[in-house]
Amino acid sequence: MASMDRRLLMDRSVAGRRAVTVPEADVPLTPLPDAELLRDDLQLPEITEGEVVRYFSLLSQLNFSVDTQYYPLGSCTMKYNPKLNDEVASLPGFSEIHPLQSDESVQGALQVLHELQDMLGEITGLPAVSVGPLAGAQGEFAGLLIARAFHKERGEDEKRNVALIPDSAHGTNPASAAMTGLDVVTVPSDEHGNVSVEDLRRLADEHTSIFMLTIPNTVGLFEPNILEITKIIHDVGGLVYADGANLNALLGLAKLGDLGFDIAHSNLHKTFSTPHGGGGPGSGPVLVTEDLAKYLPTPVVGEHNGKFSLVSPARTVGRLNGFQGSFGIAVRAYTYIRLMGLEGIKAISLNAIINANYLQSQLKDDFDVAYDRYCMHETVMSARRQKANGVSALDVAKRLIDYGIHPPTMYFPLIVPEALMIEPTETESKETLDAFIAVMKTIAVEAQDSPELLHEAPHNAANTRLDEAIAARKPVLRWTNEAAD
Amino acid sequence: MTTAKSSGGSPSTFIPNTDDDQRAMLDAIGVADFEELITDVPESHRYPALNLPEAAHEMSLAAEMAGLAASNFVPGDYACFLGSGAYRHYVPAVARKVANRGEFMTSYTPYQPEVAQGSLQVAFEFQTMVSHLMGLPVANAGMYDGPTAFAEAALMAARLTKRTKVIALDTVDERNIEVSRSYSHYQGIEIVRASASDLSVPDDAACVMVQSPNVNGVIEDMAAISTAAHASGALAVASVNPMSLGMFKSPGECDVDIATGEGQPLGVPLGFGGPYVGLFTCKDELKRQLPGRIVGKTTDTNGETGYVLTLQTREQHIRRERATSNICTSTQLIALMVAAYLATLGKQGLRETAELCYQKAHYAASQIDALDGYSLASEGTFFNEFVISCRESVQTTLGALIEHKIIGGTDASERAPNGIVFALTEQNSRAEIDRLVAALGEIGSTS
Repeated sequence: MASMDRRLLMDRSVAGRRAVTVPEADVPLTPLPDAELLRDDLQLPEITEGEVVRYFSLLSQLNFSVDTQYYPLGSCTMKYNPKLNDEVASLPGFSEIHPLQSDESVQGALQVLHELQDMLGEITGLPAVSVGPLAGAQGEFAGLLIARAFHKERGEDEKRNVALIPDSAHGTNPASAAMTGLDVVTVPSDEHGNVSVEDLRRLADEHTSIFMLTIPNTVGLFEPNILEITKIIHDVGGLVYADGANLNALLGLAKLGDLGFDIAHSNLHKTFSTPHGGGGPGSGPVLVTEDLAKYLPTPVVGEHNGKFSLVSPARTVGRLNGFQGSFGIAVRAYTYIRLMGLEGIKAISLNAIINANYLQSQLKDDFDVAYDRYCMHETVMSARRQKANGVSALDVAKRLIDYGIHPPTMYFPLIVPEALMIEPTETESKETLDAFIAVMKTIAVEAQDSPELLHEAPHNAANTRLDEAIAARKPVLRWTNEAAD
Repeated sequence: MTTAKSSGGSPSTFIPNTDDDQRAMLDAIGVADFEELITDVPESHRYPALNLPEAAHEMSLAAEMAGLAASNFVPGDYACFLGSGAYRHYVPAVARKVANRGEFMTSYTPYQPEVAQGSLQVAFEFQTMVSHLMGLPVANAGMYDGPTAFAEAALMAARLTKRTKVIALDTVDERNIEVSRSYSHYQGIEIVRASASDLSVPDDAACVMVQSPNVNGVIEDMAAISTAAHASGALAVASVNPMSLGMFKSPGECDVDIATGEGQPLGVPLGFGGPYVGLFTCKDELKRQLPGRIVGKTTDTNGETGYVLTLQTREQHIRRERATSNICTSTQLIALMVAAYLATLGKQGLRETAELCYQKAHYAASQIDALDGYSLASEGTFFNEFVISCRESVQTTLGALIEHKIIGGTDASERAPNGIVFALTEQNSRAEIDRLVAALGEIGSTS
């Protein structure tokens, strides 16, 4: 792999080459502004169209992806992304309309958004929805703003300055809480991987603004005390937030609204199959109870007599992005739900849960299970047994690459040492899972017999292990002219 | 509506395991049925009624969605002069093509750099080209969109200066301000509007926020803003239309400290507002307070060059509530579109495209300004959009234009009598412009 030509664009640039021509002006020319307003130089590459295609195609081949590899990356729900979704989003009537066109001129687009709002509301039992937030983290931020607005209207905002967050939570939860000015108080997990109800009862009080809970939690477990948990928070006047990162486990199985959640976000790029794009764009619709609908971020899509319009909720927490969210992602999610239909949606979680438990059951002789009980859609295992022989979760992860499998999520959640978080998703077959199980068993043997194989892995990827420490200590963040140095 | 029913076997085309597979797996797990796996879910709350449509066949749904899409008024079929933050530039086929590769589209955040070198090297190229375009040495790998990047720049300035007052020029688009207010409100930051003409920057200001071209399309004197901000120990924060940088001076050349922008004009389809990508750049000494993902160059154990996510100790997955931002995306796929677009347009293509936008806009502005009852209301040098005071109300004018299959501009009546912002790109032909001018000439002429 090292022999591939990975030179950067600027190193491929030859003065005078170009990949596109621009037409001459077909209008009478106006003199350019004063030279002092204009830039002298523009340092951009000069290459031909053929080289653009070859270069980016080559780079694409250095990626593992769902389209090319098994990708059991826990918490990320790397399910197959149906291709019709992309085609629909690329239709000129969707991809070429301007965000500021009048409502009358974009009825088809608004209808898709409106129906998606309704379908997400139906699936989660939280009927009021804005698909505006541009990612899960922005959905969280929106949800927290809503909680603050709710308490403010009741005259309690000053007092309710605490966000309760479990120690197993994603980092975005406390980061979003901090952005809304709330103090983060951490709720410990118990020995079974659940929220410690005893501690929650102790910590919840008149200062509680909101309790943020990922459900199932980040250990892949459903909180058996969920009804008690939501009641504890409501009894002290707080709101309960569902981080919908793991919604893939609950489709048709339980509704967040029924369980007592007041606010949630859903990651369309996880549960609803929109492509992860190498790290975005995501989309994080925020979903709330009818009572909280008036606080939703602007805009939402309203319907009156069959006509759709963008509207601003009565006591909106405001605008969170330029226009009406990631419409192109919303279209894909809508198409996906329509393709799956009622029975398909219900089959998602059932199959995701069976797949995860199958992996866990077949691997638990070889790797420790963080919490030895049935899991939901993902299982958190641990390489702590291998650690005794000097092999870490990182080593196991990197060795998987040699076998053509994307590593699981490592070292998360933070409460599990040497964590390997494995999420098979429902779109993988038993054969794929069996092949993965066989590889993991081989790696367990290698960890015992030839640990150096793991320490030095990966052996056949685009790069061997990369030095992240030096990258952070002496950051090189753009192309530099090495020939001139 | 035609519906698809599963005929035994797999429950969906996207779920491979058959009833037999499921049975075999449940046996291997050692449970009698699925219910044994989900005993933690309260029985009283399991399997709620769910009202969703039956599954649609791909073929039927493709046709239905094509119908919905076609019901919209599509720029191209209509002459379109809308801008104000999103612009209809031409995207070369090659730039569209590479961004559609499944290896890019269906990978995830490059936490495992050895199998994500494609995305990482693309991000490094994006950072390089955005940095050169902005004239600032450091660019991150991408934000959600332009307005959120601008808002995060204000937060970053507040962190850097440990001050809480933000001065925003009154020529900044209201959408940008609204997003900044949402982002900064609970951090105790106060946003104060000010006029560039009598700008006085107080000593407790974190930054001065300027948008160029501004809400009226006019190029702002960013250098003067920087000087005024720096004199009070504040930072200069600019939001720029990156297409304008094909010809106009960059924020870096104007001593701006943090420059952001909406990446959409650089190869991203209008798509009814998203997904787009935010551009975020700054001076070198400020980089450790950047929000978002950053990709850096490094070497592997064989000494070969490679790329990794870096400066991660700023980020939420490490710092949690003390992170510089809660963002955990770089909107990588859209950043890839921008990288492919800039690689394709290149040094000459971007300048020529920017100049073409400038020429079309100036021709249109002069033709409309010459009409009886219309006048150019933008004062100063403009790039590709401008405000026109119209003879009739905004509503009347836009409504009449639609009858001529013309999508007019955005409402600027709060800033100019019957004001409309018209934007032009290289895709607006002279014939379209002449049609616009003729249509405007007719509106109200007989009343």
